[in-house]
Amino acid sequence: MITFIPRDKVSKNWIIIAPILSIVFTIFFGLLIFTFLGYNPLETLYQIFVSPFSRIDRISDILVKACPLIIIGTGLMLCFKSNVWNIGAEGQFIMGALLAGFIALSFPNIETKFFLLITISAGFVGGALWAFIPAILKTKLNVNEILVSLMLVYVAMLFIDFIVRGPLRDPMSFGFPLSKPYPEGALINKIPFPGIGFLGQLHYGILFVFLLVPVAWIFVNKTLGGFKINVLGSAPQAAKFAGFKRNSIIITVLLLSGGLAGVAGVIEVSANIGQLQPEVSFGYGFTAIIVAFLGRLSPVGILFAGIIIATVKLGADNAQMTMGIPKVVTGLFEGILLFFLLTGETLQKYKIKWSEGK
Amino acid sequence: MIKFCTRIFSLIALSISVLFFVISSAFAGSPTKVGFVYLTTPGDHGWTYAHELGKQMVEKRFGKDIKVSVVENVPEGPDATRVIRELAKQGNEIIFTTSFGYMEPTLKVAKEFPNVKFEHITGYKRSKNVATGNIRFYEGRYIQGVVAGLMTKTNKIGYIGAYPIAEVIMGINAFAQGLKSVNKDASISVIWANTWYDPVKEADAAKVHIAEGADVLAQHTDSPAMLQIAEKNGAMGFGQSTDMSAFAPKAQLFASINNWGPYYIKKIEELRNGKWNTGDGPNHWPGNVWGGIKSDMLVISKFQNMPANVAQKAQEALDGIKSGKINIFAGPLIDNTGKEIIPAGKALDDGALWGMNYYLQGVNGKVPG
Repeated sequence: MITFIPRDKVSKNWIIIAPILSIVFTIFFGLLIFTFLGYNPLETLYQIFVSPFSRIDRISDILVKACPLIIIGTGLMLCFKSNVWNIGAEGQFIMGALLAGFIALSFPNIETKFFLLITISAGFVGGALWAFIPAILKTKLNVNEILVSLMLVYVAMLFIDFIVRGPLRDPMSFGFPLSKPYPEGALINKIPFPGIGFLGQLHYGILFVFLLVPVAWIFVNKTLGGFKINVLGSAPQAAKFAGFKRNSIIITVLLLSGGLAGVAGVIEVSANIGQLQPEVSFGYGFTAIIVAFLGRLSPVGILFAGIIIATVKLGADNAQMTMGIPKVVTGLFEGILLFFLLTGETLQKYKIKWSEGK
Repeated sequence: MIKFCTRIFSLIALSISVLFFVISSAFAGSPTKVGFVYLTTPGDHGWTYAHELGKQMVEKRFGKDIKVSVVENVPEGPDATRVIRELAKQGNEIIFTTSFGYMEPTLKVAKEFPNVKFEHITGYKRSKNVATGNIRFYEGRYIQGVVAGLMTKTNKIGYIGAYPIAEVIMGINAFAQGLKSVNKDASISVIWANTWYDPVKEADAAKVHIAEGADVLAQHTDSPAMLQIAEKNGAMGFGQSTDMSAFAPKAQLFASINNWGPYYIKKIEELRNGKWNTGDGPNHWPGNVWGGIKSDMLVISKFQNMPANVAQKAQEALDGIKSGKINIFAGPLIDNTGKEIIPAGKALDDGALWGMNYYLQGVNGKVPG
């Protein structure tokens, strides 16, 4: 039997040493695997970690990729902090994008960018409504939110599939499952830089991230609401004695995280796709769970975690383009990286006790 | 004066030599850089594998004269835009994007890189530097219909479709035309898998078809799963995109093979000679290149697991399509509700094929949506 026993005090030194050790181990095993498979190990590491930063437009690509991860991860943080396990951000992302898309396509000639306020709000509502289902089931009937939120992902996927094949299909698409393009007013533009022009796909949606992170930080650390969430998660009994309403906290965090996932969906579709298609999310909702934990459930940590995950993903693409390393190999490396980072964090907080178990 | 002349001459000599250097390095120096974007990995043994084989033919043909970069597993969304843009940034001169869903991303990036040539496979939107290429998959389906009609004992054909889009529907209808030409009693039932590639779903659909009595199966999805199920249950079927006989040595009657290599080679050659073009004209739907059996873009594998007389009929159908003697969608065509689509003496044109949203006689049920 292996048991994890919480440490009385987390050593200050280990807070610094653990992540460094994790990275050293990752690099060691990475070198081993790449050498064994016959790839130049140093060049591979360069492609994965450094090349994504080697050009200004590549850095902008990282931000674009990290944008939905950070927005969803921040919402999930609120849930996980209060011990509510929302696994269905992927579905909330889709429903947010879908509701916003429906509204955008209902006004085909709108040009003013103020319309974005409406579509983004609609995205929040769409995602929040989808998260409201597990919220109400958990608080009223004590149904496990992990299962409900996860299962609703598949419902959302099939629903958007049905919508773009049926009611919202563009009659000019030769039977292909695509909606009409969004009107100008519902599109998020790329950011023009004087003298340089556009940087890859870098769009105004990024600004939302820079707004969200400080707001989330203040909410978690400086407000009563954030305090309640923390207490409910770490000491439910204390929360009860303090008179915090458990159910309303659960509903609130689920609505907020669902809403944020929905907003991420609107930004992603409005900035990068410009129309509805059967697939609008590519696992962002699931990857964001890793981002939330990798960021140690803190807004600033999540900002960096999102950037790390995005970097490695883009680095994997670069490694494939320049060196022909298949995605399965770089995927393996990603797995090793996450394994060591999360192990390092766990061992920092817990001791392992081996015992002859029964 | 003499000094001035020497200056002028040396200047001219210098500029000529520079010019010559530039030209020679452009033509003889660096290899042509070619990029490919794949939807899945060549391990799908179907759609992407067929593109991989095409890429290998390209490498074999040009050798050191080209440098190929491949990115696999690229989802059809923002990632595609980024990957295609990155390939263009890295100096690839021609980029093949090998799935329908790359259409908008390809056009978007093409606008930013007017000097790079883009080849979008199976799409319908082109621009100055975006060409489209596609294969007449339906021609192979007609031959499948002929073989199925002669091989079936239960007169029930099971067909697995990916999505009810024109490309798939014209395949079903072509199959029905082939079937009808040899066997008026057999009919086709269609199950929609709603995916291009999902071996589990494809296998489930095959099991349902067999349970309902179908003994010959056809598919418009990518994996060999259907043939594997057929092999286990004593049914027959056709390989898709690549030769799948390794997966079903007793069940595969033949395979319709997507042969992209010659198309890729032709387009790269055009680029190297400065003759690349999109072949565009007005109202010209299905891309400048929509090649089939005649142009070798669709190849029919060996006829196997069938009696000699069936193989002979199949060969006749193949030859007929190649020579143009068989026009698969020649009138009279009647849909399965009894409505006349086109009278005798006329035939559907390419545009009409891409508007197909009905089943012809011989197919059960109706097109969803």
